[in-house]
Amino acid sequence: MITRFGKYILIMMRVFRKPDKFKVFRNQLIIEINNLGIDSLGIVAIISVFMGAVVSIQTAYNIDSPLIPLTMVGFTTRQSVILEFSPTIISLILAGKVGSRIASEIGTMRVTEQIDALEIMGINPANYLIFPKISAAVLFNPVIIILSMGFGLTGGWLVSVFTGLFTTQDYIDGLRGWFDGFTIIYALIKTVVFAFLITSISGVEGYSVKGGAIDVGEASTRAVVWSSIMIILFNLILTQLLLS
Amino acid sequence: MIETRNISKSFGDNHVLKNISVQFEKGKTNLIIGKSGSGKTVLMKCLVGLHEVDEGSVLFDNRNFSGMSFNERKAIRKEIGMLFQGGALFDSLTVEENVMFPLTMYTDQTMEEKKERVNFCLDWVNLEKANDLYPAELSGGMIKRVAIARAISMNPSYLFCDEPNSGLDPHTAGVIDELIKRLTEEFQMTTVVNTHDMNSVIKIGDKVSFIYKGELWWEGDKSQILHTDNQELNDFVFDTELTKRLKKI
Repeated sequence: MITRFGKYILIMMRVFRKPDKFKVFRNQLIIEINNLGIDSLGIVAIISVFMGAVVSIQTAYNIDSPLIPLTMVGFTTRQSVILEFSPTIISLILAGKVGSRIASEIGTMRVTEQIDALEIMGINPANYLIFPKISAAVLFNPVIIILSMGFGLTGGWLVSVFTGLFTTQDYIDGLRGWFDGFTIIYALIKTVVFAFLITSISGVEGYSVKGGAIDVGEASTRAVVWSSIMIILFNLILTQLLLS
Repeated sequence: MIETRNISKSFGDNHVLKNISVQFEKGKTNLIIGKSGSGKTVLMKCLVGLHEVDEGSVLFDNRNFSGMSFNERKAIRKEIGMLFQGGALFDSLTVEENVMFPLTMYTDQTMEEKKERVNFCLDWVNLEKANDLYPAELSGGMIKRVAIARAISMNPSYLFCDEPNSGLDPHTAGVIDELIKRLTEEFQMTTVVNTHDMNSVIKIGDKVSFIYKGELWWEGDKSQILHTDNQELNDFVFDTELTKRLKKI
């Protein structure tokens, strides 16, 4: 564990250096925003809509007292989606999708000597390969999470349209009631931290691969597992720090 | 010229290189030969800085490479071209982008100038009309030729080739050997080739260094290697049935 952390720190020290050529870094950043961010929008949209819908159905189902207004459905859906579902659950899903992609991509480059080739050329491979991925995720994941919130809340509204469990007006009133803008900031702070954890842990796992195809697979699995564990751990720490 | 002075390298208790001092001359193809596990790949990795030597030093034209920091090494690394065993082409880039990569990183040339240089390098390795192909679409021989083109794109002073013929048929292997020799002579590079292919030794071995159990066991050239009385080298050179019979003749 300590060795793993030490290796992580050492590689991160090589990652956070000035890029060899800014123009190349900018191009890499755009490619990574596309690969890690835009390519993830489809799955994020689908999961967000369905989860938002499920949260609103479950809330409506549990309101059996006439003293509780149906506006609570919109309120509960909003709070669940913004506080926890979009930043944390979507980040866990991205840890699987993006984390395994990063680890296997960089790991394959390691075992096929492409990283050695970069090093021979005098390029800092850790910086060239990992830094654009971290930057892309830290910059673009908040956009993904904002969109996820929108999709989630839309999913909740669709329930009212298709099931009639509550009215659209109830839902919108609930969404607008008792809103605290800090919840969005809290969600985005978590998103940025999780984005950093996913890309840096996965990058280090891929970069440290030794061996062949099996080792790349194992690194990919480790990347997802450790990213997920760290997301859960930092979710607790950040929630305690920011909301208590 | 590249020179090693008393270099040693160990991995734990495994002493892979023991006190090796050798010179690789400019304008010649310098071959490192030896059985699998003899330490020749580790020696090459020490030469290019992928492994740090435990003791001794590596000098590129009297510049102490092993004593330099990562940034100091950058200047020398711009003068190095390397052909890896598997080619090590970047999968996500086309042939043209692969060869252009070092130029993009280290020069301020315009796209036209870079394309001109890329086409020159690809012509040199007899690869025309392959610019837009991806590495996955190339044959083994083509991958090696693209890798050579990329290695020479910055007009290097030093060329390293790690097992350039592995996985190739004898004819294609001969073509690659020929290319390496022509490049070395025409551009007066210091070329170091790591191989266990005796055809290569006989064809391009201007200087041959035989590594045995991590030690420099024998040095000579391609004409001397067939008439040496060094037992370990003879065992290596005349290991196959064909070469044993040829020796008798």
